[in-house]
Amino acid sequence: MRIEDLPIEAEPVPGAVPAWHAVVPAGQLRDLCSRVKEKGGRLVALWGSDETDRGEGYALHVALVIRSGLVCFTVPLAHDHPRYPGVADIFPAADRMQRATYDLLGMHARGNPDHRKWLRHGAWPAGVFPLRKGYDPGAVHSRVEDRYPFVRVEGEGVHEIPVGPVHAGTIEPGHFRFSIVGEFILRLEERLGYTHKGVEKLAETMTLAEGARLAGRVSGDSTVAYAWAYAQAVESVTGTEPPAPAVWLRAILLELERIHNHLGDLGYLGNDVALAFGFFQFWRLKEQVLRLNQELFGHRYLMDVIVPGGVARDMPLAGIEKLLDLASHLEREVATLRGIYDEHAGAQDRFIGAGRVAPSLAAELGLTGLAGRASGLAWDLRVEYPVPPYDGLEVRMATHRNSDVAARVSVRFDEVLESLRLIRALLRALPAGDLVVPLGGARPGSFGVGWVEGWRGEVLIGLHVGEQNRIRRMHPHDPSWQNWPILERAVIGNIVPDFPLINKSFNLSYSGQDL
Amino acid sequence: MYQLLKQIVKTGIVTERPPAPDEALRVARQRLDEEILRIFGRSLAIRHVDAGSCNGCELEIHATNSPYYNLEGLGIRFVASPRHADLLLVTGPVSRHMEVALKRTYEATPDPKLVVALGDCGCTGGIFGESYASCGRVANVIPVDVAVPGCPPAPLAIMQGILTAISAPVSAPRVR
Repeated sequence: MRIEDLPIEAEPVPGAVPAWHAVVPAGQLRDLCSRVKEKGGRLVALWGSDETDRGEGYALHVALVIRSGLVCFTVPLAHDHPRYPGVADIFPAADRMQRATYDLLGMHARGNPDHRKWLRHGAWPAGVFPLRKGYDPGAVHSRVEDRYPFVRVEGEGVHEIPVGPVHAGTIEPGHFRFSIVGEFILRLEERLGYTHKGVEKLAETMTLAEGARLAGRVSGDSTVAYAWAYAQAVESVTGTEPPAPAVWLRAILLELERIHNHLGDLGYLGNDVALAFGFFQFWRLKEQVLRLNQELFGHRYLMDVIVPGGVARDMPLAGIEKLLDLASHLEREVATLRGIYDEHAGAQDRFIGAGRVAPSLAAELGLTGLAGRASGLAWDLRVEYPVPPYDGLEVRMATHRNSDVAARVSVRFDEVLESLRLIRALLRALPAGDLVVPLGGARPGSFGVGWVEGWRGEVLIGLHVGEQNRIRRMHPHDPSWQNWPILERAVIGNIVPDFPLINKSFNLSYSGQDL
Repeated sequence: MYQLLKQIVKTGIVTERPPAPDEALRVARQRLDEEILRIFGRSLAIRHVDAGSCNGCELEIHATNSPYYNLEGLGIRFVASPRHADLLLVTGPVSRHMEVALKRTYEATPDPKLVVALGDCGCTGGIFGESYASCGRVANVIPVDVAVPGCPPAPLAIMQGILTAISAPVSAPRVR
């Protein structure tokens, strides 16, 4: 579906991302979503905003993918009792986003099958909405009782295992409620929101320039993807074009981030099937990447290197040679290790068939990113809508149809190798010149968007501008919103001891979803 | 199997020297007497608690177990339950949603126990500060012995913080 096929008046959003924006009445929202879904479109993000300080009501923002690119609808809602027709029956991923929007803004999705709170636990009472403009940012509430009705599975021999929020390993906090019979998982229900730390409210106290540091800390493992998406959004609203050398470096940084995360995951996936060899080998390689990151860019995880307008620091000249050497070294080592993983009967026995998400289910529920590609959904932002410098690189997408842990392992291996190829190509064509340009001014009320294929999947930043180049509303969207609910499906019928393995094969973000 | 063994032999041992303790990281007087420190020695069990972090600090905690740092080689290991732990390694600004879980984890850890707060957020609240959703630094919620700054702190800094927590300060008064 192209943008012309939608019965709306849409304005192109300036900037690198192919995006359109349209104000649509609430009555039209479901029809538009259904049309997009019918043509194979997907929901990327859904968020709300409070416009009452401008004499209006509230607004719902929905970002969808169509063939032309990203289309963002803004739906004006009433001042009193803001409500809108929910779209979770059309896009299942909308369910938790709608519940979060209620918790933070008091905007009610009519017809949503689930009315339980999502991001609100005990820190603020029902009826208080922290993202409303009138809410005092310094307010601290006395703790309220936190009751969350999990769905009970009943029957002979069924029992529950509650896990978390403090987990057994070094991972982020969340609660998993397993209903099991014997060792088999009948149902998993997730409860997230434990790391909610007020990112979106905090953003509203910042200037457009200041927001970059915050965006880079929404989910630490994806700091490059967030920083780039945020920079795109700011460049979009300020009419700034980042110089070519900066954009080239950004892509190198993004691929380095993909490589170090994939290497880390491949190590842990070995560890989780009792192949400690894999952990030590891959974490040795990962450490080598991190050390070179530190040497060349001043930060092991590349935080704060990408800034709106360009990049904050140049790579030393010797960096090209060092990165090329690292690429050759990693290519050899990863190929050896892949051979060992492939031949290891014990590892493959655990990988193959575990945590399947059949391609049809993945498409129906909107699985995205790396996990989506491992379930036959051939979709990668770098391929579909390649922004410079990806437009000249012909990124080879890695996909798999087996949809299990083994497939997600395989896609990671392929993507590491492809990222190494891309880094080589980028280094060969690295342009010279300025690395950062000053930002222009942004018109209050304007809307910008950033959209980047991070290692986990597509990261989106929706940005609404306030007075004097300040952030009026910033919504960072992590692909984990889409994929967490599907993990609940992936584990059904698997045994409890395989949960850590399946979970790791998705490796979703808690902080990125809890905000 | 041949390839696996060959790779192990080819890789060799990459582990580097551990850092020395740094008294500057200590924020509370050493609460353990020398006898206990001697018993802890180089056998320490750590329970990590992410109390609201962005996951950056967690990446570096993982890295301390990589072969370059090999924290476990010093007799220091991560355990699955606070009941088994001597030391809590806490990251993040403490989100208000994790406040109760963190306090319970602290209470569940047997005495004598130590707490190391990790990262700029753990030390001061960092960029997130205090708000309706964040309690700020770890010391606002549970007592902290050693605080390690950094965003995130590098693996050596984390190890230094842990080693400081279990070392006797040079000028420490003898507690008898």
